[in-house]
Amino acid sequence: MTVAILALQGAFVEHQHMLGRLGVQSFEIRQRQDLLKSFDSLIIPGGESTTIRKLICEFSMYDDIRERILGGTPVFGTCAGLITLSKEISGDVTDADPPLKLMDITACRNGYGRQLGSFFCRSDFVGKNIPMTFIRAPFIESAGPNVEILSTVDGKAVAARQRNMLVTAFHPELTDDTAVHEYFLSMSRTAPQT
Amino acid sequence: MSEIQTILTNERYELNRNLAQMLKGGVIMDVTTPEQAKIAEAAGACAVMALERIPADIRAAGGVSRMSDPKMIKGIQQAVSIPVMAKCRIGHFAEAQILEAIEIDYIDESEVLSPADDKYHIDKTEFKVPFVCGAKDLGEALRRISEGASMIRTKGEPGTGDVVQAVRHMRLMQSEIRRLVSLSKDELYDAAKQLQVPYELALYVHEHGKLPVVNFAAGGVATPADAALMMQLGAEGVFVGSGIFKSGNPEKRAQAIVKAVTNFNDPHVLAALSEDLGEAMVGINEQEIELLMAERGK
Repeated sequence: MTVAILALQGAFVEHQHMLGRLGVQSFEIRQRQDLLKSFDSLIIPGGESTTIRKLICEFSMYDDIRERILGGTPVFGTCAGLITLSKEISGDVTDADPPLKLMDITACRNGYGRQLGSFFCRSDFVGKNIPMTFIRAPFIESAGPNVEILSTVDGKAVAARQRNMLVTAFHPELTDDTAVHEYFLSMSRTAPQT
Repeated sequence: MSEIQTILTNERYELNRNLAQMLKGGVIMDVTTPEQAKIAEAAGACAVMALERIPADIRAAGGVSRMSDPKMIKGIQQAVSIPVMAKCRIGHFAEAQILEAIEIDYIDESEVLSPADDKYHIDKTEFKVPFVCGAKDLGEALRRISEGASMIRTKGEPGTGDVVQAVRHMRLMQSEIRRLVSLSKDELYDAAKQLQVPYELALYVHEHGKLPVVNFAAGGVATPADAALMMQLGAEGVFVGSGIFKSGNPEKRAQAIVKAVTNFNDPHVLAALSEDLGEAMVGINEQEIELLMAERGK
């Protein structure tokens, strides 16, 4: 199995390391032609979501990435990746570039405020207690009926799944715990081949 | 557990190191007004540095240069949704306290401003907000980290548009890192002494082959090619100060530098990005500079 990691900006190396620890191959997507290489699933990492959304549009990847995901390719978005996959963005929005509008959630951007609001905690993810790092993080403000909420912290949804799409507001790639990545890889293994 | 290990494993410090990780592969732009901040955000900046005068103008104006007016910084915080950084003077912990009070996302304890203390840097472990500091070499970088900096940048020579010093600082840091990696463990004690840094930090570099925090390039970056050069030399992202808003077409240049940092290894992309950018900032050569800001705070 090969995982493609969108490497336009942000913490993509951390995902590579995590996948490496799990013995899974990965490569970086920095421009449109990289999408032509063969891959089984996709990670949209943390970083600045305005920058990532901007570069998806600027490098003409918006439609290609959407089609791949609509076609069933499993995708995992962390933090900025969650915002990028969402249908709607609320909260602190000052830019014009759209999200991919794929997952039936409203992401509250900078939901915990500025860096002083960043925090670390432990909570349950699909029945397992794991460490969670939130950096200027969003949370899921509302979700459609087809979305399964996988984690909540202080009553706010912070991890969810809809079909082939997995999102977390926190950063499992910054901790030593591999549970979320393993969950994503199991989604990827059971996904229908596209 | 030694004190340094305590710092490196402190939860707040870890969160602050993590924010710098999220900025990687991005461009942090100097802005002086909410309008410029919006231009920077629209161009794809991953953060902005709010300051009253960009380094080129500080250099031209002379005199004492201080922290910016908090009202001006708040105006920029309201204008954009990306992280907002601001500078305080080296050693001026009261300015840093003020910046923390307005919930700045990152403080740059910066040699661009006039130093407030010619001996001591700020004890950054006393703060909840993160700090980025400049460094010319590995010793300076590790000393700032031992004081609590959670991100490092090269000093370069701000406000010149001349990349030569940023290149010198990045190359020196990388070669000193490679040297530490090559030493045997018992030689590290002496190396730490020579570098004037805690042994634990020298050991970290020896074991990991990198700084324990993110390392950006700064000072003199003016073109997409400059940004790509710094990335290929090992920078994890780029600060651009005077290079954007002292140029002919700030929007276009800002966007080109952002894309150049993402595709720093693809000359074809860089060639296309470098076309038709209008006038670059004129700049000053290293030999023409009377004030070397990089010599402030060691």
